[in-house]
Amino acid sequence: MADKIHVQSNINGYDVDFLCESRQSLLEVLRDVLNLTGSKEGCNDGNCGACTVTMDGRIVESCCILGVEAEGKEIITIEGVASADSLHPVQQAFLEEAALQCGICTPGFIVSAKNLLEREPDADEERIRFWLAGNLCRCTGYDKIVRAVLKAGEVMRKG
Amino acid sequence: MATVTGQEVVDPGEYKIIGTRPVRHDGVDKVTGRAKYGADVQLAGMLHGKILRSPHAHAKILSIDTSKAVALPGVKAIVTSADFPILKDQSLDFGETQGNIRMLAENILANQKVLYKGHAILAIAATDQHIAEEALDLVDVKYEQLTPIFDVKEAMSKDAPVLHENLTTIFRVDRFGKGEDTGVKGNVAGLIQFKRGDLDEGFSKSDIVVEREFTTQTVHQGYIEPHTSTGQWSQDGHLTIWTSTQGSFVIRGATAAILGIPESMVKVIPMEIGGGFGGKTITYLDPLVAILSRKTGRPVKITMTRKEVFEGTGPTSGTYMRCKMGATKDGKITAGELYLAYEAGAFPGSPVGGGAMSGFGPYKIDNLQVDGYDVVVNKQKTAAYRAPGQPQAAFAVEPVIDELAEKLGMDPMDFRIINSVHEGDRAPSGVPHLKWGCEEVEQAMRDHPHYNEKLDGPNRGRGVAVGYRLNAGGSGSSATINVNSNGTINLITGSVDIGGTRTAVAMQAAEVLGISIDDVNPTVVDTDAVGWTGATGGSRIAFDTGRAAILASYQVITEMSERAALLWDVDPSDIVFEDGIFVSNKNTEDTMSFKELASKLMGTGGPVTCSSSDTQGGVGAQLAGHIVDVEVDPETGKVDLLKYTTFIDAGKAAHPSYVEGQMQGGALQGIGWALNEEYFFTEDGTMANASFLDYRMPTSLDLPMIDTVIIEVPNARHPFGLRGVGETVLIPPMAAIANAIHDAIGVRMDRLPMSPGAILEALRDNK
Amino acid sequence: MQEFEYVAPTSLEDAVKLMAEKGPKAKALAGGTDILIQLRGGRYQIDRLVDVKNIPELNQFSCSQSDGLTIGASVQNYKIYESSEVQRLYPAMVDCASLVGGIQVQGRATVGGNLCNAAPSGDTIPTLIAESAQALIAGPNGQRTVPVEEFCTGPGRNQLADGELLVSVNLPPVKPNYGAAFLRFIPRNEMDIAVANCGASVQLDESRQKIVSAKIAIGSVGPTVIYCIEASNSLAGADANEASIEAAAAAAQKAASPINDMRGTVEQRIHLVGVLTKRVLRIAISRAKGE
Repeated sequence: MADKIHVQSNINGYDVDFLCESRQSLLEVLRDVLNLTGSKEGCNDGNCGACTVTMDGRIVESCCILGVEAEGKEIITIEGVASADSLHPVQQAFLEEAALQCGICTPGFIVSAKNLLEREPDADEERIRFWLAGNLCRCTGYDKIVRAVLKAGEVMRKG
Repeated sequence: MATVTGQEVVDPGEYKIIGTRPVRHDGVDKVTGRAKYGADVQLAGMLHGKILRSPHAHAKILSIDTSKAVALPGVKAIVTSADFPILKDQSLDFGETQGNIRMLAENILANQKVLYKGHAILAIAATDQHIAEEALDLVDVKYEQLTPIFDVKEAMSKDAPVLHENLTTIFRVDRFGKGEDTGVKGNVAGLIQFKRGDLDEGFSKSDIVVEREFTTQTVHQGYIEPHTSTGQWSQDGHLTIWTSTQGSFVIRGATAAILGIPESMVKVIPMEIGGGFGGKTITYLDPLVAILSRKTGRPVKITMTRKEVFEGTGPTSGTYMRCKMGATKDGKITAGELYLAYEAGAFPGSPVGGGAMSGFGPYKIDNLQVDGYDVVVNKQKTAAYRAPGQPQAAFAVEPVIDELAEKLGMDPMDFRIINSVHEGDRAPSGVPHLKWGCEEVEQAMRDHPHYNEKLDGPNRGRGVAVGYRLNAGGSGSSATINVNSNGTINLITGSVDIGGTRTAVAMQAAEVLGISIDDVNPTVVDTDAVGWTGATGGSRIAFDTGRAAILASYQVITEMSERAALLWDVDPSDIVFEDGIFVSNKNTEDTMSFKELASKLMGTGGPVTCSSSDTQGGVGAQLAGHIVDVEVDPETGKVDLLKYTTFIDAGKAAHPSYVEGQMQGGALQGIGWALNEEYFFTEDGTMANASFLDYRMPTSLDLPMIDTVIIEVPNARHPFGLRGVGETVLIPPMAAIANAIHDAIGVRMDRLPMSPGAILEALRDNK
Repeated sequence: MQEFEYVAPTSLEDAVKLMAEKGPKAKALAGGTDILIQLRGGRYQIDRLVDVKNIPELNQFSCSQSDGLTIGASVQNYKIYESSEVQRLYPAMVDCASLVGGIQVQGRATVGGNLCNAAPSGDTIPTLIAESAQALIAGPNGQRTVPVEEFCTGPGRNQLADGELLVSVNLPPVKPNYGAAFLRFIPRNEMDIAVANCGASVQLDESRQKIVSAKIAIGSVGPTVIYCIEASNSLAGADANEASIEAAAAAAQKAASPINDMRGTVEQRIHLVGVLTKRVLRIAISRAKGE
């Protein structure tokens, strides 16, 4: 067994210590070590976006990052998007617009879309499609996802 | 508002719940990351498995030496095909396809011979996945390579290398029939044939005949969630499987059969599923984790990598097809001949029957012949993919229809309407149709603004195509309703929810019971907790499981009417349930809502729990149609989609948002299949593009909005008129896009994918 | 994935030492979007992965009219295309940095990594060549500079000797009447590997009618990104018009030596080199003219 490294990180607002092997990806750490299984593995090579999290405020694919690289970083996963008593506007819009079918890509889409709207709440359809091109969905044809993000943007603009 | 008297729904069409768009019950769990999918299973002491796969497309396995792998610290157990009991050939129903249990087992782990690159050979369980993976490198397998065969036409030739020594051609005249063994050996596993009228006479009446050849490549369903399964074999012989499947009972049956244990000893817990599209109706991993768990006494999980999903699971067939059709000057089709040769992959069972049944489905043709060949080649064993076999056949027929209309100087939709199929007309397989919306869909397309608006600009074109499917259903669905004292119900089914069916089924129960959709708590449970339920496939869940829920709801009303009769001291036959209210015929002032009565159940005889199972079937014939505008860059060959509108006869859309979602998702998969998706095989049978990077499924930036038009011609076999909508949506896109490309640049594309390179070649050849 | 040791030095000196100790068994980790996938796929067997993101020299990022553009090897793509100075002075770098992978990949991937990965399709490399970038390398024997067109030596192979690290790429200051551009052809609209790509720069004279000098580089059509010297030279002194562009594109096609693979055929790729070179030169000239 390989030696494990002690990593200190902040995940979903909590300081977290964990042990991992150098070869373990951040996605493996989230899922298998911390039991945060909301981030999904679809490809494990950075081409589907199902494992998208934010690291220091930018979206990244957690399968393309080592767990040890989380040292000192602030990470938000899908589990950190909603507050205790309410969903984030992006989550709410996904429900209302029926923007998910099987739901496996949904966590990645929500993390990506939330990050976009925090930067650009007035993002239009083209901008949304460009931003979300790193997130694959096989069920919806993207139509209802794009509509949901447009709707969430409206809600966020109103504050 | 539905009025229910006894067992029949009268006055359909006006509903309180059906046709609305409630938020799905499992929605919050799925937008917060709490929903547990197959790979999310974490159990104490769990081991992780990895699979060794063949580097050769066709070879004999001479020896397997696992001694070094076993010696690696952390490795706990290995399973090879020698761990399976010896299985006889025996047919098994997978929900959407039929299969042979011996061959299924040999696909899960190769026995003596590997038949495609990626064919599983053994699996190793270790304390973590990295160690299991390292152990794979330490296994020494000796092979004797055999000549592989990849091309369907070559595989059919007499001197082709043979995959299975004893394989003979079975001749069938109906899709699910046993057929007749011709005794002819080779790679052709089956021929399905439909004949009607006199082909020569039909063509002799034609003023114009078009005949073309088409080829398509192997494509994958492309679900985002890889296959995964976790097994725990208990010392008392009970096996528990947590898996990602479309059919928990199908997995139970297959796993028990392969392991030679009774089904009653197997509990399959269906986790949330991350897409399937037909590809998760059969088992790959479940028997492996079972045996590895039996050997180690610990739970074992195997999750495939994306590469394994491409190389080791079941895509759909590559094909060679020919279509010949003739028509009179006034646009009447007089004859049609369709030749389909489908790759089955390494074992028999391509979906050619689906193609044979559907290709000519949208057209009334008195003289026709369809021949469909099921051919084994050294590629992945194909599995069901959304309307199995039917999109390919439509790609052979619809461009020929377009060309006939062009040569006749007719509008392609008018041409289709002239030849459309009505109630009483027979399907290509001979089955007469009930009332369905073939012409209604075609007229909606012809009259739609998208079809009639002007399309300006160079290299732009518009195309249309329709797709036909005869949905069957009836493989069995069970539902249980528990009435809670606060007037809510728990609705328990075994139908894995792959795209919103929990809610679509719950809506039907709510409609019957006159309660709010929020008062229904629908749950999908394991195989120990509900009656037998076939797979989520064949577009049947909203229909079949919906019917089971409706039947259980009727029973609830009957039982609750008895309770009301008790309270009001009248005969149960005096109780009428109308608009959610129980009323006594004897005294119309005696009324009670469902909720009120629910609170009185414990005092009137105890809880009301009603179960029902339904196998009626009749999901129905269906037409879908697509209109697409494209722009082709003649310098690069790239096709951009400008506008896309899809149409379907949904019978009745229970939850329109999720019907639209099926239509939009079907369009996406078809667009990918049309433009870029293919298994790119190298000469030795390696899939060179086994990643999401190079398999090139459409991204959000590749698609326009997908507009939807739902036509509702009620299905007589369902109380609310539903038809299944899951599959027909994938049949038209490739043909519609091919027709649009022709309109844009004057080239008839006869092969898939219509990738930039293929378009450039076609443009060059056209010059 | 195999086991390896992970280290994250904070000085260039330490990094070089850590790399040198393990020779070919050490690899540098910047964005990780290539190397981690390659390690997972078993392409390399290594003992040590040296995370270079905490080294100040590799995080340099500056852009000005007078000093040019310096991109440390650990600087992520998004920093490049989000910089208003880069947008103004080096739009061709924005062209290429903004289309490597999706937004997620751009949050991690680096131009330095793209160069070191030395893929024939590497989307930032043609631009770097066209922009006359120099690669600054540090190693056990000190530092050296290499023109980017000499950096890649084969598919996945580069100039770096054991113990050496790429520190930064440095683009010279842009002069008036200069323009550059980059395009690639992919079957999808994003998330794809180039079937062919092209970067080009042109320096016009004061009249903006004649080309003083030009540099054209093409990718995915040979073992490395190809600097098309003849095509570039054909433009020196030529009129900035369609005829010159056509001639340069034809020369670029001659320089291409592609293979057939899953991403395209020889014929298609040579054809695309012609199409892309023309399109890129038109944009570069237009930019040089300040249009």
